[in-house]
Parts: sequence; C-alpha cells; structure tokens
Amino acid sequence: MALQEKYKQLIDTATASGVSDLQVREQDGVLYIDGVAPSGAVKDNLWDIYGAIDPNFLSGDVVMNINVATAVAGSKVKVVTEKSNLNIRKGPGTDQPIVGKAAHKEIITLVSKANDQWWLVRTDDGEEGYAYAQYLAPVE
Amino acid sequence: MKKTLFLLAIAGMALFACKAKIKDSDIQTQIQNNPTLSHLTATVKDGVVTLSGECKDANEKDMCENAVKQIPGVKSVVNNATVAPPPQPAVEIAADDPLTKGVTDALKDHPTVKATVADGVISVTGEATAANWKKIKIALDGLKPKKVDASGLTIKN
Repeated sequence: MALQEKYKQLIDTATASGVSDLQVREQDGVLYIDGVAPSGAVKDNLWDIYGAIDPNFLSGDVVMNINVATAVAGSKVKVVTEKSNLNIRKGPGTDQPIVGKAAHKEIITLVSKANDQWWLVRTDDGEEGYAYAQYLAPVE
Repeated sequence: MKKTLFLLAIAGMALFACKAKIKDSDIQTQIQNNPTLSHLTATVKDGVVTLSGECKDANEKDMCENAVKQIPGVKSVVNNATVAPPPQPAVEIAADDPLTKGVTDALKDHPTVKATVADGVISVTGEATAANWKKIKIALDGLKPKKVDASGLTIKN
C-alpha cells in the first residue's frame, strides 16, 4: 500500500477527473494504473502529475496505461508527429511495408484499432493502413 | 388455601413468562456458537439482532440474516453487514515476444535509446531528452510490461 500512498495525488486526480474503468493495483513492488480518460487533456494531466511525483519516471515503480475515450472507430484524429510525416503501413508493426503517408498535423479517420499501439486509419485521399497510435490524437 | 393458590398462580405466571421470554444473552450465545456467523459481530437488544461485519457477497449476507432469524427469541434482524468489493483481477503482463516487438516499434524514432525485455521487464539504456523519454515511457507502459526499468538511462538536458 506504500506505493498508493506515494502516488495518492495521481490516483485521486484520476478518480476526480472521471477516468473510467480505473484499476489501481499493486503487485510485486509495482503500481499498475489502468483506465480510460474522458479526454486527451486528462491523460496529459495525469502524466504530468506522475512526472512531478517521480521526476523523469526513473523509479520504475509505476506502469500507467491510460487510453482516451474519444479515440473511437469512425472518429477523426490528428497527426501529432514532431514535424515529419506519419508512415501508414500495410500491417500493425514497424516491420510492415509502408503503403502511404499522412502529413504532419493532417486530420485523418480512425477506422479501427488493431491494438492500443496500432490503429487502422484512412486519409482523405483514400490511403488506408496502420499508423502508430502515439502519433495520433483525437480531435476533441 | 386461597392465598396459597393465588401464590401458586403468580409463581406459575412468572415461570411461564420466564420460559417464553428468551434472554438476549441466550440469543447472543446461539449466534456465537454458529460457525457460519463467526465472521460477523452481533448485538442483541430486546430480541432485535443487529449484524455488522463483512460478507463475501450478497448471497452470504442473506444467508447469515436467515440463520439469525431461525434462532428462537429473535424478533427481527437489522442487517448492517457490508458486502466485500469483488477482488480485482491480477495484473495482465504481456509475454516477452509481443513486448519485444512493441519495444522495437516504440523505439523506432529514438535511435539513441536501447531496450531489452526479460520476464516482462523492459530495461532501458542509452540517452534521451526528458521530453522524448516521457513519450517513450508512455508508449512502453501501454505494452503491459511487468516493469519499465530506466535506471540505465541517461536524461540529457
């Protein structure tokens, strides 16, 4: 329970900001926090709080997996790469051939999710394939 | 003679009353001797039993209440027992193969960072800016690892 005490502010904020399916479990010295945030802003805020309690996330005592509720099939997502284009691949994995590109800041359609990491997307030009979910933010 | 009869009647009534009225302490003893109720606390007042404590589920809570109602002398039961929240499922840890694949994908754009996977633990080495490491950490945590050990990582300014 010591970890729940250390990360109390993080857990309390997750609860207060409407994270659904919230699970907080401590196992073998690691605190696992899972849930679905109502918006990308809530997820960002939780990671900021985590980083404030454990600077640069170096303690290795938390595994936090927060998904965003608005990222659902059929919704629009924005390409949030640093500045480059986003690769669209034939299958879910960097070992898969590139079949297209989405421009930095381009808004594309989330067709479905292969898993939490790889989403099937379609550009307005009709290019369809898998993109790395971390570079896609729901348009809210 | 009349007086004796009268006294006998009084004694009889007292005896009858005594027999009909079961003492709270007797009810308490009955509860304490019932192994199915051993995890609950009961207070008895004038035949009214108040139960408190924690039951596994709603079914068990009802069973305990019914068991108390069967005890002679119990007029009613105030069931304040709580039901335990369902146990949380164990944390799901990804196998090393999908973890390794996920790590490769997550680190593709960060060539200065290396990571290995063993028994669900992702060990990160190399160097990264704080901002990039945060992105990587978010990605790695999403792979369902047992732990992300970044003690070998250098954070650049």
